[in-house]
Amino acid sequence: MSLVQVKDLSVRYGARTVLSRVSLHVDPGEIVTIVGPNGSGKTSLLRAIIGAVRPIKGSVTRGRDVTIGYVPQKLHIDETLPITVARFLKLPGGVTGAQIDDALTQAGVPDLSKAQLSQLSGGQFQRVLLARALIGKPDLLLLDEATQGLDQRGSASFYQQIEKVRQDTGCAVLMISHELHVVMSASDRVVCLNGHVCCEGTPAVVASAPEYRALFGTGTGGALALYRHEHDHGHDHGDHSHDHNHTEAAE
Amino acid sequence: MLDDFMVRAALAGIGVALAAAPLGCFVVWRRMAYFGDATAHAAILGVALSLAFSMSIFIGTMAVALLMALTVSLLSGRGYAMDTLLGVLAHSALAFGLVAVSFLSGVRIDLMAYLFGDILAVSRGDLAVIWGGAGLVVALISWRWSALLTATLNEDLAHASGIDPRREQLVLTVALAITVAVAIKVVGVLLIAAMLIIPAAAARPLSRTPEGMAIAAGLIGMLSAIVGLRAAFVFDTPAGPTIVCIAAITFLGSGVIKSFRASG
Repeated sequence: MSLVQVKDLSVRYGARTVLSRVSLHVDPGEIVTIVGPNGSGKTSLLRAIIGAVRPIKGSVTRGRDVTIGYVPQKLHIDETLPITVARFLKLPGGVTGAQIDDALTQAGVPDLSKAQLSQLSGGQFQRVLLARALIGKPDLLLLDEATQGLDQRGSASFYQQIEKVRQDTGCAVLMISHELHVVMSASDRVVCLNGHVCCEGTPAVVASAPEYRALFGTGTGGALALYRHEHDHGHDHGDHSHDHNHTEAAE
Repeated sequence: MLDDFMVRAALAGIGVALAAAPLGCFVVWRRMAYFGDATAHAAILGVALSLAFSMSIFIGTMAVALLMALTVSLLSGRGYAMDTLLGVLAHSALAFGLVAVSFLSGVRIDLMAYLFGDILAVSRGDLAVIWGGAGLVVALISWRWSALLTATLNEDLAHASGIDPRREQLVLTVALAITVAVAIKVVGVLLIAAMLIIPAAAARPLSRTPEGMAIAAGLIGMLSAIVGLRAAFVFDTPAGPTIVCIAAITFLGSGVIKSFRASG
């Protein structure tokens, strides 16, 4: 039984279709990563899953009693709003002090509960957002480019934390990322999105798929090399025969 | 006790300060200062309409303020920058209101009283309306407090927690319209936004939590009302503007405290 099942989802903003007939599912305990160029509808897909955008077609079905923890892309805390980390984590209501300490420890920032939210560094802030997502004991964590603005070390250690959280709690993770090299090694499954699902599969399968290369070019050779030596791919891609007239390379 | 006009005035000021404090915090956090201004300015049109149709001023101003706030919410994100949109709507509403008032040949109204308030002329009936409205605003905001805060922090975070940010925006809009309607007698349409923003801004450096800031803003607002009234009596100055002056001095004071803390 999947935690969340997206079926034939289409999303449109005004006259612009950002997602067409996207299908996706996340099973318990797995880490699924969505990659794709800017404007490929990655964020729209996550927003549709949390119910922030209404699809024009298709459906998002959550399993029974599945709780979702969401880590937004970037959260700007206005300097005029005084709020401590502990107060921020208490916002959903019914949260105890012990739960706050647990969530902060799980997120790797145990000593921050009294700090002001607006004073945190980028890395600390993302971990506090992670703690907030963890506090409801989610079955599924959704991360929208959670490491934006972090340096390479910061984001690598953030993803290690995610992996550890998965091990400790058994929750599934669905995340968006730009950092192909980090993400590819940490994911069980990768979905390559560009308005529609271009290709999906294990990181190795996706990295060598022609659709993926059409999107990200050969400039990411470094990322791909990680897999090339291990996998002599002879897989086939079924009937993926949609056209790929987009050739923009990844940043 | 209520026979004394000074006591009635003080109670009216305290009532407005109470409603304005939590709402003012959200106005500051969400950067809606100009939005508050626009809503307040529209109220003068409400005054004209109420007098023309001999309705209660409270109902008239509240209806127009609500209409204005809803129009702004509806038009936002449709090709105009928010500040341009608000600039157009706020000042045209004020201008149309002033023109509309001039058509009311039968009634003589003291326009100054609506522009700058007439707190010393607050009646027992006014007091009931002010405290009723203030109570409603405080109750509304306390009820939605967590949801409002979550929606203010991040809309997607709100969605993920099952909160509809548009509904929370509507709650604030309604609260704003009520506050404008009750504050018109006390500080007048031109200074309502000041009562919303200045106490909240003055409370910011003194607070560590959102709740703390709302309470501090309430205390500063009440203090400004009481001290302002007293000062207006002593120096024989207009009461509404004097209250706002005291609030502004408090803001200055808290800014000084903040910079001392930062350097020390």
